[in-house]
Amino acid sequence: MTMMILTGNESAAWGARLSRPKVIAAYPITPQTSIIETIAEFIANGEMDARYIRVESEHSAMAACIAAQNTGVRTFTATSSHGLTLMHELLIWASGARLPIVMSVVNRAMAPPWSVWTDQLDSMAQRDTGWIQIYTENNQEVLDSIIMSYKIGEKHHILLPTMVMEDAFILSHTSEAVNVPEQKLVDDFLGEYEPAFKLEPGNAEGYGSLIMPEGPYMEFRYKMARAMDDAREEIRKTVEEFAEVFGREYAPLVEEYKLEDADAVMVVLGTIGSTAKDVVDHLREKGKKVGLARVRYFRPFPYEEIRKIARNTEMLGVVDRSYTFGYGANLYAESKAALYGHSSIPVKNYVMGLGGRDITPEILIKVFDDMLKIAREGVVDREIEWVGLHGDERWS
Amino acid sequence: MIMPLPHGDEMLEIRFHGRGGQGSVIASKILAKAFFMEGRYVSSFPYFGVERRGAPVTAFTRVDDKPIRAKYQIYEPDYVIVLDPSLLKAVDILRGIKDGGWVLVNTLKKPEELREVLNFDHVATVDATTIAIKHHLGSQAAPIVNTAILGAFSRVSGLVKIETVMDAIRQMAPAKREENAQAAKEAYESVVIGGE
Repeated sequence: MTMMILTGNESAAWGARLSRPKVIAAYPITPQTSIIETIAEFIANGEMDARYIRVESEHSAMAACIAAQNTGVRTFTATSSHGLTLMHELLIWASGARLPIVMSVVNRAMAPPWSVWTDQLDSMAQRDTGWIQIYTENNQEVLDSIIMSYKIGEKHHILLPTMVMEDAFILSHTSEAVNVPEQKLVDDFLGEYEPAFKLEPGNAEGYGSLIMPEGPYMEFRYKMARAMDDAREEIRKTVEEFAEVFGREYAPLVEEYKLEDADAVMVVLGTIGSTAKDVVDHLREKGKKVGLARVRYFRPFPYEEIRKIARNTEMLGVVDRSYTFGYGANLYAESKAALYGHSSIPVKNYVMGLGGRDITPEILIKVFDDMLKIAREGVVDREIEWVGLHGDERWS
Repeated sequence: MIMPLPHGDEMLEIRFHGRGGQGSVIASKILAKAFFMEGRYVSSFPYFGVERRGAPVTAFTRVDDKPIRAKYQIYEPDYVIVLDPSLLKAVDILRGIKDGGWVLVNTLKKPEELREVLNFDHVATVDATTIAIKHHLGSQAAPIVNTAILGAFSRVSGLVKIETVMDAIRQMAPAKREENAQAAKEAYESVVIGGE
């Protein structure tokens, strides 16, 4: 074990290095680039035994990872924002081909107007691609989640790719002390990659060919749906095994913080959850009973956890750092869907921090106060509220 | 034994102002490393992260005796470190500075002269540019002053030892590690603290 001062991106590169992927195919994009630069340096220094394929686009990067993983090796790539959306077609191919590729995604706003800062629309727009999605809150979680993602995805009853999200700059370019585990421990934890199937000379097989409507297309999709559902249990098992080997504990799908006797619970993704823990402590000292649920895995969606949390509180305030035009944002809409028929507590959507707008304790305190008011009165004033718009005096 | 931070439970927050190419971001990381080596929890980050040469750059370092969960910018710094004196006119470097906070500026001027300009009492100055040129850090036209100014910070704040700062520089400076460490030492010795 070595403690190092690493950025989120360096932590991602270390997570990849320790997992020993054999092929990395990537294309640079701010603010992801330092992940693949760090990996390129590892390979150039002989510290990592992998083939680095420079490609002409993110679409090609994913295509190269798919082809390489099909030959029976681990692969890794990283992207962000427009790079991720350009990959969209091949993301669906990767999961449909049941290839447990692992990819770092630095959540960055989509243009126009151009913004390199954080916003989760890029990965939210990939919700339906069949990838497992985990959102992280610090650099240690970035590194550890990459290792765990190979372990979970490679299980033969799962066989799904995973994207590991970091908020742009807030993690990608922020340096923190990170515990970098010994290679031997990671080797023992992950084991050799054992593909469920692979292309090899002398053993002719074909993948992804044409299938007629009466063929098993629908059955393939059903199996994938089952695998994504089964991933929940695999995640729960894996965080326990991880804690035993590495001594660091992670909540499985949702991290619960001070939920006991909470009158109102904020539900969040990513680094907002880190700041919000300080805010919860601060408000609790003042006698305000608030709690926090940091959703780590958005896919598979933790509907049972959300229902359980709703049973023990008076109100849920769901914070989204992205928006789904035409209705509330994804975390809100899905939380509410999970609660239908199970809970009648008020649920409100707070849309915040788009394009990297800073989410400070001051603004979170205002949101918590609004949530407590709704919990007391039992009435949601407006279902979906954009917080902190210029000129909106409610939040300034 | 770790010395308690001056304001008890409060986090120590430091803001760097520099220009792209001067190494403000790496300075914020080296300082974080130095505090880390003395047993603190640290976090450092740039405002922009894709700095263009010559453009104003802001970077931050947080230090605490407990894990740092704050994931937002620093608005009320305890210390402001200015790597380029021309920024005094271009940027509101005092924005949000705490009462009792300190400003450390790389300049030829004495603290008294800047106290009037800035209308702020706690000013320290160091000629990091001359020190950097003397140690052949960067070029005559664009000296790299980031390591020297960290030495000055050690003296002004008294919160991190100069030896630790020098060790952090030796571990993290991209090039000329010993020269960078010596520049920090020289700045430590030559910084002028207003009112001293």
